[in-house]
Amino acid sequence: MKRVYVNEKWCLGCHLCEYYCAFASTNEKDMARALKDIRIKPRIRIEEKDGISFAVSCRHCDEPLCVKGCITGALTKKDGVITINRDKCIGCYTCILSCPYGAVSPSDDGAVQKCELCIKTARGTPKCVEGCPNGAIVFEERGE
Amino acid sequence: MAIEYIYPDYEIVRDYNRCITCRVCERQCANEAHEYLSDVNKMTADNAKCVNCHRCVSLCPTRALKIVKSDHTFKENANWSGKSIKEIYKQAGSGGVLLSSMGNPENYPVYFDKILLNASQVTNPSIDPLREPMETRVYLGAKPGRIERDENGRLKNNLKPHIKLSMPVMFSAMSYGSISYNAHESLARAAAELGILYNTGEGGLHEDFYKYGKHTIVQVASGRFGVHKTYLNSGAAIEIKMGQGAKPGIGGHLPGTKIVGDISKTRMIPEGSDAISPAPHHDIYSIEDLRQLVYSLKEATAYTKPVIVKIAAVHNVAAIASGIARSGADIIAIDGFRGGTGAAPTRIRDHVGIPIELALASVDKRLRDEGIRNNVSIVVGGSIRSSADVVKAVALGADAVYIGTAALIALGCHLCRSCHTGKCNWGIATQREDLVKRLNPNIGYKRLVNLMNAWKHEIKEMIGGMGINSIEALKGNRLMLRGVGLNEKELEILGIKHAGE
Repeated sequence: MKRVYVNEKWCLGCHLCEYYCAFASTNEKDMARALKDIRIKPRIRIEEKDGISFAVSCRHCDEPLCVKGCITGALTKKDGVITINRDKCIGCYTCILSCPYGAVSPSDDGAVQKCELCIKTARGTPKCVEGCPNGAIVFEERGE
Repeated sequence: MAIEYIYPDYEIVRDYNRCITCRVCERQCANEAHEYLSDVNKMTADNAKCVNCHRCVSLCPTRALKIVKSDHTFKENANWSGKSIKEIYKQAGSGGVLLSSMGNPENYPVYFDKILLNASQVTNPSIDPLREPMETRVYLGAKPGRIERDENGRLKNNLKPHIKLSMPVMFSAMSYGSISYNAHESLARAAAELGILYNTGEGGLHEDFYKYGKHTIVQVASGRFGVHKTYLNSGAAIEIKMGQGAKPGIGGHLPGTKIVGDISKTRMIPEGSDAISPAPHHDIYSIEDLRQLVYSLKEATAYTKPVIVKIAAVHNVAAIASGIARSGADIIAIDGFRGGTGAAPTRIRDHVGIPIELALASVDKRLRDEGIRNNVSIVVGGSIRSSADVVKAVALGADAVYIGTAALIALGCHLCRSCHTGKCNWGIATQREDLVKRLNPNIGYKRLVNLMNAWKHEIKEMIGGMGINSIEALKGNRLMLRGVGLNEKELEILGIKHAGE
């Protein structure tokens, strides 16, 4: 199963992944039009302190606490990817509280949002991976 | 200062309709040209800090940025250019020597651009490299003057040590110090994958890179930084640097601020001390002295490595090369006046030395006339910009070429010529940790490999078109060249005919 992995060594803290992520979830063709004058709510976030930075997004855990805690069954794991059914989500935020990585976040329409490896919006490589200028975010198979 | 004499050279133009204030420009500019104004949620920029390196432009996700040359102007004057006036302002303010980086950018003739290549038509068939074998491999080193046989008539192996290259291009000397660890790693790994060589420059060899030794030329320069027996034996060849095209007659000076950590260890000098390379080697004042160093190095490596002597292309280059060819050196490297540098006095860079095309042609001719061309191989550098330049250099008589600037451009360099500030936004000419990591060698080495493979394809196409199937067969074949717009003297020195002849 291919996943998004982060090479902290090469992360520049440029935050471009956040913008490419936010852009990926819009239906716009043009990034400027999509993200102009809005405060973005990306599903991947850069954490940085003391010159160290890295991107954090959903790990698609083997034993996902968010899925376990979801009271409506909105979060499910299929083919290794944890996805959210926005129609079922009631916004109780149990998943947000239980995710140890802080990778689930509220969205504007009440349902929670999280990285779904761009499977709903794009084909192939997730946009954060494509947009990283320094190979710090990779999409690859690694031994479990 | 109350009076700002110099108006910025460049203007950062931002299309506010496209700017999404992601602040990547601000975060990526080591010169701090961009700034985020939180009260109005807008980006702004200080043009005076911009060096035109395009880092922000290249990373801006919405293409909201471009850098333009300022059209602010002095009163028109064909004699006093804006550049000359600004340089005077600078020096009147600082009292110092003007510093510059990378190669001579001034408007001198580029002879490669006035030379055209031949191709076969009708009477001799051209060769399609996609269908027929085509050889780009070259060997550098002294060639035996005659075939020798033992008492049983068997061939004696009288070959001197050689360098084997998969194509006639090597990465030229750039020291660890002048360029970053990641830049060095990219060059070393690319050279190893391509079957060519890179050059340590005079900063010694970082212990991590000894494993690429078979693809390394270790340099011995006037500062002798990082030179020891293991170092000499770790490379495929040893280069004595007598001069550099960007600054002939001038030594080097890596400021103490850059002599930190591994660089201090690799150079074998204390942290914080200036690394000063004297202009001359203090033990070389004649060809005889040079010969002593050549043989000292051969002795230290048990005569297993070819020795290269690198000189800058200067007025008497042919005579100097003739001396070097008799000094026991196996390879002569000549660096033209457009060769790059991490820092050089502007006046030296822009006004000293001669074009590599003329130097190469005259050295090759002189060595052939004197019957000593086989004593040495000739490697030329100093602005080889494309595979066409490689082919033209080989036809003018070079065995191989060195590329430095072209390799750095492949790694992301945008020729902003600000290496001497140590704030390279592309992670190449800097030692600042946060900037160095911007060059990921996993990406960098691949880009170098791509560039060289592309050139190799083009070289094959070009020589195939001439009906030649081996780069060695093109060497010194000046009949494959014609000049355009050159005068009689230039044609005579280049040893080529004019187009139409």
